[in-house]
Amino acid sequence: MPIDQKDITWVEQPNIGLWESMYLPAIAQGLVTTIRHVFQKPVTEQYPEERPQLPLNYRGVHRLNRDEQGRVKCVACMLCATACPAHCIDIIGADAPWEDRDKYPTKFDIDELRCIYCGMCEEACPVDAIELTSIFDLTGLTRKEMIFDKDKLLSVYDETVDDGKDPARTTRGVLGPASENLVPPERLAWPIDELPPSEQ
Amino acid sequence: MIETVLPWLVKIAIVMGTVLTACAFLIYVERKLSAYMQDRMGPNRVGPFGLLQSLADGLKFILKEDVIPRHCDRFLFLLAPALAVLTTMLAFAVVPFGPTSENPDEWQFVIAPNIDIGIVFVFAVGSLAVYSIILGGWSSNNKYSMLGALRASAQVISYEIPLATSVLGVVLLTSSLNLEDIIHFQADNGFWYWNVWTQPLAALIFMTSALAEANRMPFDLPECEQELIGGYHTEYSAMKFAMFFLGEYTHVITISFLVSVLFLGGWHFPWIAEPASNYSAAWAVKVGVLAAKVAMLIIFIMLIRWTIPRFRFDQLMGLAWKGLVPLSFFNLVLVLFVKQFNWPLWIVTVGSLLLLIGAAALNGMLVQRRLRAPVIHPATPALGPS
Repeated sequence: MPIDQKDITWVEQPNIGLWESMYLPAIAQGLVTTIRHVFQKPVTEQYPEERPQLPLNYRGVHRLNRDEQGRVKCVACMLCATACPAHCIDIIGADAPWEDRDKYPTKFDIDELRCIYCGMCEEACPVDAIELTSIFDLTGLTRKEMIFDKDKLLSVYDETVDDGKDPARTTRGVLGPASENLVPPERLAWPIDELPPSEQ
Repeated sequence: MIETVLPWLVKIAIVMGTVLTACAFLIYVERKLSAYMQDRMGPNRVGPFGLLQSLADGLKFILKEDVIPRHCDRFLFLLAPALAVLTTMLAFAVVPFGPTSENPDEWQFVIAPNIDIGIVFVFAVGSLAVYSIILGGWSSNNKYSMLGALRASAQVISYEIPLATSVLGVVLLTSSLNLEDIIHFQADNGFWYWNVWTQPLAALIFMTSALAEANRMPFDLPECEQELIGGYHTEYSAMKFAMFFLGEYTHVITISFLVSVLFLGGWHFPWIAEPASNYSAAWAVKVGVLAAKVAMLIIFIMLIRWTIPRFRFDQLMGLAWKGLVPLSFFNLVLVLFVKQFNWPLWIVTVGSLLLLIGAAALNGMLVQRRLRAPVIHPATPALGPS
């Protein structure tokens, strides 16, 4: 369907007066702008010395969370591997040696080179076991060492959980029905068992 | 023999050394200043505040692989960057960089003192600089280089006219082509007889045309990256590229010297540096005043670079032929009248400003007429089957 003539706004060239057609005042105006910028504070971040202030929802390297007894939280449900659009998660589950869950992962590999850092695994996880940290400067010498296994992912958790930038996400809100609620009730925006105000 | 040659050799060594060092320093200043203008920090890794950046750049240029493509005209290809530096340096021979005097026994702050055709020499040598661009573009045997070189030649030929014509007014007032005499004329008459006050239009036209001559922004069409890759220096690498760069920066310094000498009173400044002032080290103050004027002009040129966007080629030509050439001729006629009938000098000032406003009004009127012409909008094309 062609665009209706009444929907089209023709923009006319603005009128040019004596002042503008002298050019020089406009150039002077431009010079003032340029000079003002000279005295403004640079926006440059001196990267290796200054680290960027990343937002809390930054999506960097993954980690596998531990529960309060230090065991891996993952229950090998495969939801993250299913949700992953890049197919970079490789899980082999087995019967859990513990009473409170059925399964646990014997192998949990994430190919960090293949990952697109979309955060879908984090969204899909029913027990908040997989989370994305704010580590962004990930490097390696071989492709093989960029495939993070379960121990490596757990060690990322140990490194980042107390650094202030990557708190366990479950303390900042309820992510899903299976997730633990570690938020004190007074910090919740709305009661746990109710719909959010926008949906009521 | 040696006594007569030695002072010249010393002067040449001083000027060459200063200009080359200044060029290296200017590249640092320009990078730093453009960074500040864009809210960045600029080079700050090499040495304190990045001061050694130019040194590092120079080292890089020397150590880089020097590629001479096989399809090039080898002789002209090598000649072009040499010409670029030579011609711009040569212009310095007659430009005074400090106080001079009529007495040939005194130390003269100019390499070749008392050249009676000083300005003509500067223009003659300065126009040769376009040869380096044309030769570079031609010998590169590359269509983008060639297009850049063609643009450069058209641009330089066009802007040569207002450049020379605007100076003619100054020459007429001073009755001399000698740059030292032009300074002395301004200095002897005092601050309000600086040519920038008596002939503001000529100063404006000269500055604009000189920027175009040096291929500086906003007139750097010969090397505009979007259309021409690098323009005439696309095929050049390492030290040969650096020499083109050096030539451009030397040109900027030459322009700034010329504008200071022709329009801003050279080394003259009221109270501090008068022709009569004979306190000790007055010469140093005079050199300092001139250097300060030149430095301010160079910074102004850098500011202009990041303020005005590049012209389109037809706009560039339009500005030269429809704007600057007629204006500079009117200005010349005005000076002729004043000179012939011995009118007071302020008439030139007022007349220049009236000319400028008149030109602006004419331009405005033409634009208005174009705007008022009935515009027939093209029918909206159908975007799909309706």
